[in-house]
Amino acid sequence: MGAAMSVWEVVLRSVAVLAAFLVLPLLVGFMEHKVMAHMQARLGPMYAGGFHGWAQLIADAAKFVQKDDLLPTAADKGVFRLAPSLALIPYLVALAVVPLSPSIVGADAPASAVVVLAATAVGVLGGLMAGWASANKYSLLGGLRSAAQLIAYELPMVLAVASVALAAGTLSLTGIATEWRPWWLLWQLPAAFVFLAGGCAEIQRPPFDMPLADSEIVFGPYTEYSGLRFALFLLAEYAGIVLMSLLMSVMFLGAWHGPWSGPLGWLWTILKAVPIAFLFLWFRNSWPRLREDQLQRFAWLVLVPLALVQLLITAVGVVMMR
Amino acid sequence: MSERGFLPGVFKGLGITMKTMARPAVTHEYPDARPDLPPRSRGVIALVEENCTSCMLCARECPDWCIYIEGHKETIPATTPGGRERQRNVLDRFAIDYALCMYCGICVEVCPFDALYWSPQFEYAEFDIQDLLHEKERLGQWVQTVPVPPALDERAPDAAEVVSANKPPRVPRPAAAAGDATGAVSAAGEAPVRRERPAGGDRPARAERPAPEAAAGAPTDATTDAATPATRDAEPAAPPEPPEPAVPAEPPVAPEEETS
Repeated sequence: MGAAMSVWEVVLRSVAVLAAFLVLPLLVGFMEHKVMAHMQARLGPMYAGGFHGWAQLIADAAKFVQKDDLLPTAADKGVFRLAPSLALIPYLVALAVVPLSPSIVGADAPASAVVVLAATAVGVLGGLMAGWASANKYSLLGGLRSAAQLIAYELPMVLAVASVALAAGTLSLTGIATEWRPWWLLWQLPAAFVFLAGGCAEIQRPPFDMPLADSEIVFGPYTEYSGLRFALFLLAEYAGIVLMSLLMSVMFLGAWHGPWSGPLGWLWTILKAVPIAFLFLWFRNSWPRLREDQLQRFAWLVLVPLALVQLLITAVGVVMMR
Repeated sequence: MSERGFLPGVFKGLGITMKTMARPAVTHEYPDARPDLPPRSRGVIALVEENCTSCMLCARECPDWCIYIEGHKETIPATTPGGRERQRNVLDRFAIDYALCMYCGICVEVCPFDALYWSPQFEYAEFDIQDLLHEKERLGQWVQTVPVPPALDERAPDAAEVVSANKPPRVPRPAAAAGDATGAVSAAGEAPVRRERPAGGDRPARAERPAPEAAAGAPTDATTDAATPATRDAEPAAPPEPPEPAVPAEPPVAPEEETS
């Protein structure tokens, strides 16, 4: 890669990442429709597009575009308008540095693991801004919960990523996946668990959806949003699932390692990400929402100590293998 | 939240959703597949216009007053010269406002002439709530969808219609009883039909009754007889009345029933 990238290559790569960013969340969203329906003994969408409602989310998007873009009178208008983009675009940035195979990657940053963590943290700020700018007490409550959750779960996530980075000896996601060995599955298992739980909380999916909590604070920061801006928040949620699943696949499941990994490496990475995405949907349908105090206890008393222990185990392993 | 109780519950939840996902969905794809409703579903109330006598019982019993009945009286000329003219009710309008109807079925229950029936038909949604007021023509169309009544139990007595249809033809009454009966006719208008039932046709049915029921029936018979002297005269005409000894055996029962 490096400095010799022509303008055309940059454009091509950006378009490719944007296409993936627009298509993959829709696939995950449709999977959520269907998985959730069948877990509740329903069929889910069956009409849009003809075959099993495959075009439901496209129809939803068409609906959102037509809706009125409401703006509360008391809202902080600039921040209110900016918030959805701020929630969505960091995931686009993060997706750009996630490798599908050693050669297929939007931008191969030397410290892409750090980029990803930084970008996802910024994404949560979108919810915080939306909560503050809406001039609505439910939105504000949701925004504050969102901030509390960000602080609580960012730390164990960083520690989990630090563990694999330490094991691989690099901060590059491509480097981590290249160094990965099958026995890491066991060695890095606690880190994988911490990252899964932290990622679930980071993208505010149930059972960690206290900031949204539609049964108690309406829809948290998104309460006042409608139309396309609301759709952007929804897209950000699914983009978050895509990103977390791909990161799990790259960092903990060996990404492109598998038979015919040369030509089919990207397929392996995606195939390994699909069960993780399914896990996020499965958790959502199986578990009730954690209370705010349970949420904090889980982060500080379970995940953080576990991540620290994992860091210790990793460090001992790295030293002994050298 | 103890750690001991936490983990198994978490996995149980995952198991339940996965099991549900493995099973086929329970959804009926309604517009494509007809729902298999039970035959006695309360879909819509159908009207057999010919049976309606505009008696207004349904309209008055309706809890939310969703039945509209309008009618007028017609005079039927006497059939015999010098006879009396008769009057009958003619139904002009019968409408049910399904925007108000709460599907309680009281009108169907209360109709003494079997003019109202439940039909499982339910597809009569409208875009305007005012279009849910359906007149008797529309209500009559739904009669086609009324399911046949369920078959009687194996040992059930015949339906009232069947019994009256199978009744043996009238036999000329003995002269002595006829004189007695004419007095009763003038007293009780409608009574003649009932009283002219031949005693022979009535009695076997009563003999088939189980013994305790006959014994219990006897005192009530006696009390009602006491109330109307005309019928009392008729009853002793049937000489072999078995439950007669039961009357003195249970004297306290009869007064209690009379007071209640």
